[in-house]
Amino acid sequence: MLRLSHITKRFGPLLANDDISLDLHRGEVLALLGENGAGKSTLVNILFGHYIADAGTVEVDGVALPPGNPRAALAAGVGMVHQHFTLADNLSVLDNILIGTEPLWRWRQQRGAARARIDDLARRFGLAVQPQARVGSLSVGERQRVEIIKALYRGARVLILDEPTAVLTPQEADSLFATLGQLIAEGLSVIFISHKLDEVLRVSHRVAVLRGGRLVAERRADTTGKAELAELMVGRRVEMPTREAGLARGEIVAALDRVSVAPVAGRQGLRDVTLDLHAGEIVGIAGVSGNGQVALAELMSGVVAASSGSVRVCGAALPASPRRWIGAGVARIPEDRHAEGAVGDLAVWENVIIEQLGNRAFVRGGVIRGAASRRFAGELASRFDVRGGGIDVPTRTLSGGNMQKLILGRAFSVRGAQAPALVVASQPTWGLDIGAVAYVRGQLLDAAARGAAVLLISEDLDELMALSDRIAVIHAGRLSAARATPAWTLGTLGLAMAGADGAHAQVEVAHAA
Amino acid sequence: MRLEARTAVSRTALVMAPIGAIMVTLLICALLVSLAGAPVGKAYLLLLEGGFGSRFAWSETLTRATPLILTGLAVAVAFRTRLFNIGAEGQLYLGALAAVAIGGQVDGAAAPWAAALPNGVLFGLMVAAGMLAGALLLLLPALLKLRLGVDEVVTTLLLNFIVLLGVSLMLDGPMKDPLAMGWPQSVALLPELELGRLMERSRVHSGLLAAVGLALLVWAVNRFTVFGLQMRAVGANARAAAFAGMSVTRVTLLAAALSGALAGLAGVVEVAGRTGYLTLDMSPGYGYTGVVIAMLAGLHPVGVVASAIFVAGILVGADGMSRAVGVPNTIADVIVAVALLSMLVATMLARYRVRFDRIGKVA
Repeated sequence: MLRLSHITKRFGPLLANDDISLDLHRGEVLALLGENGAGKSTLVNILFGHYIADAGTVEVDGVALPPGNPRAALAAGVGMVHQHFTLADNLSVLDNILIGTEPLWRWRQQRGAARARIDDLARRFGLAVQPQARVGSLSVGERQRVEIIKALYRGARVLILDEPTAVLTPQEADSLFATLGQLIAEGLSVIFISHKLDEVLRVSHRVAVLRGGRLVAERRADTTGKAELAELMVGRRVEMPTREAGLARGEIVAALDRVSVAPVAGRQGLRDVTLDLHAGEIVGIAGVSGNGQVALAELMSGVVAASSGSVRVCGAALPASPRRWIGAGVARIPEDRHAEGAVGDLAVWENVIIEQLGNRAFVRGGVIRGAASRRFAGELASRFDVRGGGIDVPTRTLSGGNMQKLILGRAFSVRGAQAPALVVASQPTWGLDIGAVAYVRGQLLDAAARGAAVLLISEDLDELMALSDRIAVIHAGRLSAARATPAWTLGTLGLAMAGADGAHAQVEVAHAA
Repeated sequence: MRLEARTAVSRTALVMAPIGAIMVTLLICALLVSLAGAPVGKAYLLLLEGGFGSRFAWSETLTRATPLILTGLAVAVAFRTRLFNIGAEGQLYLGALAAVAIGGQVDGAAAPWAAALPNGVLFGLMVAAGMLAGALLLLLPALLKLRLGVDEVVTTLLLNFIVLLGVSLMLDGPMKDPLAMGWPQSVALLPELELGRLMERSRVHSGLLAAVGLALLVWAVNRFTVFGLQMRAVGANARAAAFAGMSVTRVTLLAAALSGALAGLAGVVEVAGRTGYLTLDMSPGYGYTGVVIAMLAGLHPVGVVASAIFVAGILVGADGMSRAVGVPNTIADVIVAVALLSMLVATMLARYRVRFDRIGKVA
């Protein structure tokens, strides 16, 4: 059906794709598995005509596609659903599907027919959408369905899904997998890009593992397992650290009592959030992106102030001032490494001391003690395994994992050799490769073991289940009570993430009846 | 055709960028020179000679470079903090006005309140007043930007005209020199306050030393102090700087004060070192040229000195060239403007790689 032959693509010194050959059969789900930077996106972009390969060809049904021509790819029946959707919020679902597909002047007469076709596609593949709804009002899962219908409407026979479950609740992911089943039953083929092993094994027939730009293995999904795939993907064995159950916790380090944070520019705020964090425990916050996680993280990093309620750290109320929070021994790991965690244009050593410009060890009389600062940065880099061009290169040249280790090291040294009182980690492993994920998780566990209270805000449920002592769910700015991790299942978490808990669920049930 | 960010920007590329930009500028302007009917080679030779070819040329170039170094530094400091100060021209004039207000003669002698002060103190007061005036003038747009989100490019640019008209008002009114035979010209500065000459039979004055010294100082501040680190951090990524505990407001205001003070000092130095009084044509756009100089220098304080001398040389050399071969001396302004554009393109090329894709062709 689709054949990639000897695809090679270079970006400067980087060999992003090295002689990759792959076949995709009719009615098959092929998973492309690999860490960040393994070459998955490059390969897919070549396939879809966004990039031009230095060598190699893409054939659909035996006909070579002209390189660098997305239109030709579309015409040949290759459809793509990007991780970041390409929909116009202010248009209806119908218009979003038609735009770029149908000539403008034919819209009026064709709309009825188009709607009928969309309804038909939606019914056949279990993709429930309202064609007249405005895209801006849809949930992320619904938007993804619109993207899929859009591709199908254009006659896609090969569907490429780029990290499709990254933004979904477990239930939404289930319904996506059901749709995939119907697609292949009708003879379509799917390329499923992911780095999550569980779902890859669950939905695909074959798994192609990429590492360092090369195709290192192809396995049938029913003859391989998680351990083998993980090892193939990373190139070595990785132990993923997890939390032991039943560890003792200490006294309350941070207490939020009925805290609200006003929404800013359409961003979800917090409503009446109450939470206690004890020394030595990890509390996980689960939720679908955009439900107040950012407000909670910024509140607990000293970036925004509560509009009501009280926030106490070690018994003291702190104002919204990052400096005061750092001074109180709070280690903060922000969600966005590049935008908030580090100043990319500054040298690595400068980013190491940037939170401690009041520390006399590094600054005296307004002048930076270069030698002492660099020595400290060098030690920190080796202690936290920050690799790259040394401490003098601009921080933006570090890989994501190394930048995260730098931020982690900086945050964890707020109280010198002593563990921080409180760790606020927001999506700490997002976008990292497995090795770095294991490292960051290990550091969080270690901090808790040394007596820090850890607030872990994550959209990765596996991570929350593996690390947290207690988990609370955030939805529409409200935080559920934190319950011990074993009291949750992925199913109950998913329901709570969708907002169906307690009274709320009752109302929905009543509504449905 | 598309742009791809380079993973590593080499140091050589950053050094070669201005040199390449200047080469391209001279090529483009060669076209204009030949359109004006002059022999290109000869014209450029005369330009170079006029700017750098003799002791006199050098003395004129350095005199011209002195205020340019200061306005270039002012722009470099502000731009580094991502405060786009296009108002160095106005700050320069306000600084000059403040200098004359403090150190100007009243009936041929020091003002009554100043007569009792030692010269050194009065000189210090004059410099401080000029710098303060420039600083205050930039603090206003900086505050508007921080508090209300008003674009500082617009406010600083428009303030130039307000200041220029205000200075015109003063020179035609309260500060007019009664002996100037009707010309809008301020009273003369006390001779004791004028800057000393560095070379005999030339106009190079000690303001040059001050400008170069300040360039080194700004470089040292940038590199070795907390304030310098804060300015660079806020300029590169204000959100991350705030997350790390810096006050973006405080750092931006301090940088604005420093930038405005440097531009104000340029005005003081012109009055005290070159003209001795203030007129409305004292600065042929030194403030705006400061933007070009700072960009050519890649916002590096020491680079500002070199690029200011280069630009000053072109401005000075163009006068002689225009007299000799009949190309209007506005060619100098064209060269400076084209140099800015070339520099912007060169900087982009140093950071990005242009790729030409063969669309629709089978590889």
